[in-house]
Amino acid sequence: MPPKTTALKILDVFAVLLLGTAAYLALVFAPTEAVMGDVQRVFYFHVATAWVGMLGFMAATIAGLLYLITKNMKWDNISMCSVEISLVFFFITIVLGSIWARPIWNTWWTWDPRLTTAAITELIYVAYFMLRQATEDPERRARNAAVYTLLFGPSVPITFLAIRMYRTIHPVVVGAGQGESLPLTADMKTAFFFALFAFTVIFVDLFLNRIRLGRLQEKVEQLRMNTMA
Amino acid sequence: MLFQEPPPDTSAYMVAGYVVAFSVMAIYLLSLVVRWRNLNRDLETLETLSREEQSKRPGKAPGDSRKVTPKK
Repeated sequence: MPPKTTALKILDVFAVLLLGTAAYLALVFAPTEAVMGDVQRVFYFHVATAWVGMLGFMAATIAGLLYLITKNMKWDNISMCSVEISLVFFFITIVLGSIWARPIWNTWWTWDPRLTTAAITELIYVAYFMLRQATEDPERRARNAAVYTLLFGPSVPITFLAIRMYRTIHPVVVGAGQGESLPLTADMKTAFFFALFAFTVIFVDLFLNRIRLGRLQEKVEQLRMNTMA
Repeated sequence: MLFQEPPPDTSAYMVAGYVVAFSVMAIYLLSLVVRWRNLNRDLETLETLSREEQSKRPGKAPGDSRKVTPKK
């Protein structure tokens, strides 16, 4: 494998710095919310991780479609890497939401439409890896995975729109309607948008590193098959 | 402002949230590092095996022009 490029090394360092800054802005810079207190600060990472989680799941669907059109294994690798990273971030989203809900809703979990659709989406993409593990042949595995991402890709927009389509107790922050802007103060907005930016960069950095790992995995798999033949 | 109640103390939940978020990210990073190391080890082993096999196969090794006489 070729060594890591300087650009990727710089991006690694930049991503770590951005994560630190985002944490500082969320934990120190942003003012304490008057009604909820400090627990509201998890909101900055909750929304940011949800954003990159959904972004990755949608990217996986597009990559799956491109694999079916081109039959190029590169798209399968991209799709799989996107799903893996998104699963991690979406898990953080769900856990942070649950921790926020305990003092605010007085429960860790409720079967609210947004929470339910988010949990279903997470489980759908856990099953994606079970499907991949169950297939030995790389081409068949890639085809099955691509079809799966296309079939279940709509679970992402459904999760996003759940709080707008159904009666729910989950707060609507982005696009609250009636021409309202974000119900945040200026400093809160700074922390919020910085977290969105930071997690987008972190996602891209992790994605590029994971792609390299995927290529190495492919190489080892190929060599193993040649050795066995 | 004078009679306004202070915000409730929910800082323990905030700390728990950030501990979980950073721990999950750290575990994922660690898993990437471990997988990278294991795959590199596998690659080295497979390359050694492949080289050994090529040197054992008569006339199959690239650039190998030696004549192999069959064993009696």
